[in-house]
Amino acid sequence: MNPAPSEIRLSDLTICHDRRPAVHHLSGRFAPGSLTAVVGPNGAGKTTLLRALAGLHRPQTGRIEGLPRPAGIALLPQQAAIDRGFPVTCRDVVLLGLWAETGPFRAVPREGQARAAAALEAVGLGGFGARPIGSLSAGQFQRVLFARLLLQDAPVILLDEPFNALDAGTVADLLGVVRRWHGEGRTVIAVLHDLDLVRREFPDTLLLAREGLGWGPTEAVLTAPNRLRARMMAEAWAEDAASCDLPPRASAA
Amino acid sequence: MLLDPFIEFGFLRRALVGCLALSVAAPPLGVFLVLRRMSLTADVLAHGILPGVAVAFLIAGLSVPALAIGGLVAGLVVAVGAGALSRATGGREDASFAALYLVALALGVALVSWRGGGLELNQILFGSALGVDDAALLLMAGTATLTLGVLAFAWRPLVLECLDPAFGASVGARGAWWHLSFMALLVLNLIAAFQALGTLMAVGLMMLPAIAARHWSRGVGGMAAAAVVLAVAASVAGLLVSYHLDVPSGPAVVLAAGAGWAVSVLAGPVEGLLPRLLAAQRRHLTG
Repeated sequence: MNPAPSEIRLSDLTICHDRRPAVHHLSGRFAPGSLTAVVGPNGAGKTTLLRALAGLHRPQTGRIEGLPRPAGIALLPQQAAIDRGFPVTCRDVVLLGLWAETGPFRAVPREGQARAAAALEAVGLGGFGARPIGSLSAGQFQRVLFARLLLQDAPVILLDEPFNALDAGTVADLLGVVRRWHGEGRTVIAVLHDLDLVRREFPDTLLLAREGLGWGPTEAVLTAPNRLRARMMAEAWAEDAASCDLPPRASAA
Repeated sequence: MLLDPFIEFGFLRRALVGCLALSVAAPPLGVFLVLRRMSLTADVLAHGILPGVAVAFLIAGLSVPALAIGGLVAGLVVAVGAGALSRATGGREDASFAALYLVALALGVALVSWRGGGLELNQILFGSALGVDDAALLLMAGTATLTLGVLAFAWRPLVLECLDPAFGASVGARGAWWHLSFMALLVLNLIAAFQALGTLMAVGLMMLPAIAARHWSRGVGGMAAAAVVLAVAASVAGLLVSYHLDVPSGPAVVLAAGAGWAVSVLAGPVEGLLPRLLAAQRRHLTG
């Protein structure tokens, strides 16, 4: 991994999705090497925040500092956003993880092929290199995407709902990979729904309901009053989504 | 019967060379459109280039460079305009496309009819093998060369943009620029094709082989190769049919491509109807 992750600071961050503010005035920090779960009700702005961290959304106001980009960030998009009917092999998908080295034009180095095979092996898909992705189960495909993250070798890893609709065995294996990243000192930020899993595996949590309702050690954040507040805020906002007064765009980062 | 017409008539040789150039370049673009679930986009753009072609016709008559530039400008306005309009107004891109191409088609036909006669309108809408002059041939060959060159470079970004655009954006792959270049190539190929096939038929040689190709390969490269082979066969067969049965060249080539598609759906090794039926029967007998 090169370079080591630095602290990621959000200050007064407001991000719009479909021209409506989805995350309001969020401030806080992800410590280097931290393992943070981003939780909250549907429509709370979790994916929007993650995409902004990955550089896919420009903040409306406020700023994000300390992100190494783009080669220093590895993003796992939601599986639903990926066309699994596309006629490529598992090896081809994993090799896209070398984009920072190959770019659009350069050939994949020979050791890249070996790294791709090793990454597939590490996620339990040894020998799957030549299989078309259309023939995989949802769990197997998620393993392929984790293998691509392994190849990216980035100091900051962003996971959007990495364990959705996966069987227990796959979740356990992929959690092993996440623990390994954490052990190696990478900053890992994951959007999750399973609060039991968050309590068990994630030391830090950001509770989001369009604005940050809590950010810190998981047990201190996931209290019953906080969760109730999050649910009520998300429901209230569904009726009144564009009510936030934003400062003029000139102040954007 | 197969070779004689091409040996005997120069205009058929020109049409053949032009169609072969188109067959090498346009179908791989069609394969990417199919894979992006944008199969109807080529149709929209083919209509979209018409007002530009018509304005060029009004200014310069049936001059190939003028028609090409006019078509390119109009096609890009439709391609970029539909996306920009839907982003600015929050509507759906396919709806903006539909609105723009209907207006473009009507405007194009109205403009050409205003100064030209039925003959010119027919020539622009449906093309003619007789219309392939030196300038048109150069445009076709140049477009094919440029398309293949760009595709060779842009293959990986295009695959990434089709497969997983969010990941592409996160690694700084500049998907929007590749998409725009791809659209420009698309428009250029449609313009190059319209001399021989006409604006309305130009899409046929691009899309039918591309749609049929998925029955011959499970990989993107294999599909592109299969699409090229099918398009080459359709070009030769279509021009021969056009000559022997006295059918206009555009519809003849597109019908030949349609026949290739029908054979692919029926007998193609990848999910063709007959191979599936035979496999099911084998399972039934052994099971």
